[in-house]
Amino acid sequence: MTEIAVKLKKETNGKASVKLSPKDYKGKVDPDWCPGCGDFGLLNAVQKACSELAILPSEMLVVSGIGCSSNFPGYFNAYGMHTLHGRTLPVATGAKLANHELTVIAVGGDGDGYGIGGNHFLHTARRNVNITYLVMNNQIYGLTTGQVSPTSSIGFKTKSTPHGNIIPPINPITLAIMAGATFVARGFTSDGKNLVELIKQAILHKGFALIDVFSPCVTYNKVNTHEFFKQRTVYLEDEDHDPTDWKAACEKAMVWDDEIYIGLFLQNRERKSLEDLEPVLEEGGPLAFRPLGLNEDQAASVLKNMM
Amino acid sequence: MSLAKFDIAIVVGGAAGQGVATPGNILTKLFARRGLNSYAYNAFQSIIRGGHCLLTFRVSEQEVFTHGDKFDILITLNQDTMNRHLKHMRPGTWVIYNSDSITPGEADDGVHFCKMPVKELSNNNRNKLIQNTAAIAAVLGIMNLELEAFEEIVKAQFKRKGQEVVDANLGVARAAYQHAQDNYPSFEAEVPFGAKPLGIWNGNTAIAIGAAAAGVKFYCAYPMSPSTGILHWIAQNARELGIMVRQVEDEIGVITMAIGAAHAGCRTMCATSGGGFALMTEGVGAAGMMEIPLVIVDVQRSGPSTGVPTKTEQGDLWQVLGASQGDFPRFIVAPRDAVDSFNTIPMLFNLVDKYQCPSIVLSDQLIAEGNFTFDPDEIDMHPNIDRGELITEPSETNGYMRYKITESGISPRALPGLEGRIHVVSTDEHQEDGVLISDEYTHPHKRQAMMEKRQRKMIGVEKEIEPPKLEGPEDSNVTLIGWGSTYGVIHEAIEQLSDEGITANHLHIKWIVPFHGEVVSDILSRCNKTIIVENNYSGLFHRYMRSETGLTVDSHIRKYDGEPFMPHHIVDGVKEILEKETETFVPVHEIIV
Repeated sequence: MTEIAVKLKKETNGKASVKLSPKDYKGKVDPDWCPGCGDFGLLNAVQKACSELAILPSEMLVVSGIGCSSNFPGYFNAYGMHTLHGRTLPVATGAKLANHELTVIAVGGDGDGYGIGGNHFLHTARRNVNITYLVMNNQIYGLTTGQVSPTSSIGFKTKSTPHGNIIPPINPITLAIMAGATFVARGFTSDGKNLVELIKQAILHKGFALIDVFSPCVTYNKVNTHEFFKQRTVYLEDEDHDPTDWKAACEKAMVWDDEIYIGLFLQNRERKSLEDLEPVLEEGGPLAFRPLGLNEDQAASVLKNMM
Repeated sequence: MSLAKFDIAIVVGGAAGQGVATPGNILTKLFARRGLNSYAYNAFQSIIRGGHCLLTFRVSEQEVFTHGDKFDILITLNQDTMNRHLKHMRPGTWVIYNSDSITPGEADDGVHFCKMPVKELSNNNRNKLIQNTAAIAAVLGIMNLELEAFEEIVKAQFKRKGQEVVDANLGVARAAYQHAQDNYPSFEAEVPFGAKPLGIWNGNTAIAIGAAAAGVKFYCAYPMSPSTGILHWIAQNARELGIMVRQVEDEIGVITMAIGAAHAGCRTMCATSGGGFALMTEGVGAAGMMEIPLVIVDVQRSGPSTGVPTKTEQGDLWQVLGASQGDFPRFIVAPRDAVDSFNTIPMLFNLVDKYQCPSIVLSDQLIAEGNFTFDPDEIDMHPNIDRGELITEPSETNGYMRYKITESGISPRALPGLEGRIHVVSTDEHQEDGVLISDEYTHPHKRQAMMEKRQRKMIGVEKEIEPPKLEGPEDSNVTLIGWGSTYGVIHEAIEQLSDEGITANHLHIKWIVPFHGEVVSDILSRCNKTIIVENNYSGLFHRYMRSETGLTVDSHIRKYDGEPFMPHHIVDGVKEILEKETETFVPVHEIIV
């Protein structure tokens, strides 16, 4: 982002008629993903969504775990944390609570989020902390050269399931709904236009927003390819789906055959986010920038209680 | 009981659920207000109702470090306590029992059996806890102390339960007090007053308050004995003090959430015990690699595995030494008692902010849940706060290097949210600007430079922290070496040894990493007989000290039965070692709880 643009944005108190371009969100290095990887599609979509929402890169924090897709923060111009395998969500939660003025986006893969990080996934959804979680779901472990993942289909042959997977996949959509997530959507990296819109809605949503994004692995998953999804994806919007109807959302999420739904399954605007419910954040700005230590009254009161 | 050295132990025994802790807390409060020092150790089990709990409350006009070696007044809340502990009572001690439900046993001549007809004294009150109020009043009667202070505590304590309950407890207190004065032998000497009222806390509370004073704004934990008291205190005080508290789904979530909060700029602490720490270990290395300041508290309990959850041990040393893969700077410190726990926290936050790395505090059940009195005037609630090279201002130009290579190894740290300071921190190895060097083109020279940059921080910090000192006369017969929570019991053992004509000095180690190897070597080279005292089986600290100094010691005193050392255990050990050249002395704990 140009310094002029920053200045303009600041002068308009953030309400920017400033033109930001997706290029302003380009990171220091180019992605080293395999040519054709679905993750490029998500990276482009996030850059476009952020530019359209005019979020300053310096006011964003992108947090990831480990895996091909978790290399994302390095390719994106914003504050970033490239953390431990499966720990994206608690790290993102801690950062968001410490500075709730940051726009926090968590990114990672299906193994990172639904496998090793599964417990955090449930509880982050339940906490309804105001972060956007983008899962690049390729139904395979790519960086470790092709093993079964929590979202791999039954029968899927991988290096660790040479005779075919016998365990049914997790359904991230119903799981997130049951755990209490207030924004649950599914996207597809080859459908950039709709993905950008979904990401914008997710960022603007006040609460935990999951977008499970089909992001095909061109090297290790020869079944769930770009073409596989192109032939099957159907927009929920075209089906008159009501995102406030959680039962309908679950029913639609369970469909996995010739038709697979993408779009916004569920949105609950009623429930407050964790930050809005937390009395400590009511006033005083981000915790991270508040004065440290105890004032005289606090110190006296603490001591008195021990006497 | 001579006036010159007022020092007695009041012991309360019963089942969990019988309210053993309450009389202990009330007695602590009464004597602390009188200005007397005390320490209370509660030996309890991992059970909510039943079992056997024994609270030893020692009060003295001198500084108290441990619960001591003897029982002076035993309050038996059930028959089991009478059966278990009457044998520990010596002539001139008191045993208070509810004669409606407890039969006294056989004891040494001269033990004062104090029969307390609780039904009669309480007008047939059917509340089973009424005997606790009667027992405290009886103790006060025996000690010829005024009842008024206790009456005030009773009123405050039972206020919520209504006037009827307050009146019933006041009634039984007065009746039991009078009964004691009329029927039991009382103290010959007067119970002294201290200079001023004292405060009461345990090591967990002290750590929590130390965190608040240090400016901690984010605390998270998963409940685990014996560390849970820290969570409870901070949660209770969070709103008033502006601290965010989160109970997280597991300890992996705890440490990684703490890392997120710390990176965003909060002073952040988390606490657990050994099992939870095991889950945290990968996070410790992550904080080391990303260079994020963090304080982690491990309140040790008896291991291995689930172990004995309510008992003490110094068994996690090598776990914290080896926590997380790879080689990275981190600090490990073991406070000696509650006041030291309090003082350690703000000091440690200044160090981790300056050196941008994780640190581990090794507390244990003994000091974490033991109740200590303290002098409120010696507690600095406004300690110095120094956040080190922290950048909180935006920059006009880009090009910020999060991991800039410097002579000190410290790279100025910018908080997310600032214009012109954008960077990515990563657990992958990275170059100065934060770009990964782990994937596409690993670069041995860059890797080496970054490794050396991080490790240079350890050189700086060692010069900043206080090296250990030898306490006591240089030319002593024996040098007792200890670390962390054994400070107090070794100190008292040395006093007892001196009464028996054996001179001993004391080398106490607080800082585990960095370790002052040269200082310790120098001290040890000037000692006579060296003995390490440890609350674990295989001498974990001895092995560590040997690895850092190349030196061994003459003998060991070790204990790993779950109960803490009592001073006489160490005295017995030293005497046996001197007489028989014993290599390792393991005392047998006499009190079965």
